[in-house]
Amino acid sequence: MTRISCIHSLALAGLLASAAVPAMAADTITVASWGGTYQEAQTKAFFKPTADALGITIKEDTTNGLDDVRLQVTGNAVKWDITELGADECARGSKEGLFEKLDYSVIDKSGINPKLVHDDWVGISYTSVVLIYRTDVFGDKGPKTWADFWNVEKFPGRRALSGSQATETLSVAALAEGIPIDKVYPVDIDGALKSVDKVKGHIDAWWTSGAQAMQLVKDGEVDMASIWNGRAGTLKKEGAPVAFSFDQGVLTADCMVIPKGSKNKDIAMKALAKFVSPELQANLPLYVDNGPANEKAFETGKIPPERIKDINSAPENVKKQVLQDPAFWRDTLVEATEKFNNLVQQ
Amino acid sequence: MQSARFEDLGGPHGTLNADALRADARRESFGLLALLSPGLLLVFTVIIVPIGWLFWLSLYDETGALSAANYARFFEQASYIRTFITTFKVAFFVTGACVLLGYPLAYMLSQLPRRAASICLIFVILPFWTSVLVRTYAWLVILQRKGLANSWLIDLGVISQPLPLANNFAGVIIGMTHIMLPFLVLPLYASMKTIDTDCLRAGMNLGASPAATFRQIFFPLSLPGLASGVVIVFVLCLGFFVTPALMGGGKVIMWAMRMEQTTSLYSNWGAGAALGVVLLAVTLALLGLFQWLLGARATGVWSSR
Repeated sequence: MTRISCIHSLALAGLLASAAVPAMAADTITVASWGGTYQEAQTKAFFKPTADALGITIKEDTTNGLDDVRLQVTGNAVKWDITELGADECARGSKEGLFEKLDYSVIDKSGINPKLVHDDWVGISYTSVVLIYRTDVFGDKGPKTWADFWNVEKFPGRRALSGSQATETLSVAALAEGIPIDKVYPVDIDGALKSVDKVKGHIDAWWTSGAQAMQLVKDGEVDMASIWNGRAGTLKKEGAPVAFSFDQGVLTADCMVIPKGSKNKDIAMKALAKFVSPELQANLPLYVDNGPANEKAFETGKIPPERIKDINSAPENVKKQVLQDPAFWRDTLVEATEKFNNLVQQ
Repeated sequence: MQSARFEDLGGPHGTLNADALRADARRESFGLLALLSPGLLLVFTVIIVPIGWLFWLSLYDETGALSAANYARFFEQASYIRTFITTFKVAFFVTGACVLLGYPLAYMLSQLPRRAASICLIFVILPFWTSVLVRTYAWLVILQRKGLANSWLIDLGVISQPLPLANNFAGVIIGMTHIMLPFLVLPLYASMKTIDTDCLRAGMNLGASPAATFRQIFFPLSLPGLASGVVIVFVLCLGFFVTPALMGGGKVIMWAMRMEQTTSLYSNWGAGAALGVVLLAVTLALLGLFQWLLGARATGVWSSR
């Protein structure tokens, strides 16, 4: 008797559980980003407030980029409802048809640079590629422009550039040739490659990750490098003898997409609308050096004025930098990267 | 053969018996095959099918059409050939360094008393259990421009300028040798332990000097172990990723790193798959070559015994 009732209650519990699962799933979305301190900042700035406001649960995961999305979509096993990517990856993935269309009646796009607003992807934040140098080697007379970085006689020392992000290295190579910041795009790829060729012999390391760039500068393995501003800011905060500025920086955007086949598309759309809203965008620079994609964030009054000057996407700083064009790299990336690899790998 | 033997016995009973025996043998081999089938099925589903699929994928280009574009790329872009040469150069140097360091080490271990040998062996195996990533970063800390090695050497006045030990070819070789060493030492040590000391004593007894005993008896007998160690190290090197990625400073690009780059660069899996197929084919060809070269040597050693 007891055993039978036991089985009954088990069956009942099973029924309840199976009934509860779809209801739960509808209220839970999974968001993937790059991990590390950046994602921790996003959790505080975007994910937590959105989950609270919409009454949903946001689960988090980490991504390696476009390959992961491609694998999930082409393999018919989409586990993410929203994922972050680099803007040129978004442009490429869009061409491959990997993302769901975004509904701009739900998402308010005002305040976001039109270059980062597309049918199936939208900008979320900015990273800048900046020139960093060690002040214990150069004092305050270090290389300030990419032309200085390329000038090995006036600024002797060990150098590092990105080997994995050909787009960024080609952009700074164009700047080194003296091309003004508003003329860099569309990049003259062969010209930029010639420019890389000039400095190639003096590059002691081609970094392949942000952490590596940071380590090279921090340990004094190199005296100057191209580096992402978030990493540069961390080095400075840690007390490393370094200096950098946003002059001639290369502003690269990150974007968010809903992978094609997401099971919670509608809720994901609402959540994404929250992520790009000025209110939540203004939270991001409170935790990390990556600037908000939505300009209106600077008008919310949430960001302290003394903080604004350190943010790469603040209007004052944007003027000093090149905005990397995702649409340009969508069509040229493969060819440019192969040529770049041919040049630097030996 | 068998049936002929039975027929020799003559008589109808013999033939009947032969048939029954043959049926029995057939039943037994089917039974064995049935017993093997879970294993065969596993090998088929987890090895043969995915590799076949990989090969199949490599034949499709970005538009999804059948083409050889993924293979043609290796000849159009010089960097792929360079990567290929680098990969073999690294594998060759690392294997060489492992033999130079590992052979004396394994010899010493095999000559030590059992207890001392097992303690020393722990020092060989211990790093083996530590994450490759951790060990690679440790080497970076030691070898870089302002690392331990350079600062000590400069403080001691041995050198005035830091030696370029990290973020280049030398760094990759040092880091990888450390990781690969146990793969050479362990099989070599095992084979050295099986060498019969009576053979060595006999050699000495017949008037051979210790050096001659080593050269003419011990060394040839240790060759099969050395051969298997060399093959393991060389093949593992060909597919190595972490250490060259971190220690090479972006200047030493190996095949596996190229696979990673290619997979994320191209929208079709075929581009990366083709690199995998090439590496697999080359590795298999090499294994065949080793088998042919070293196998003959090894059997030569065993038959002369």
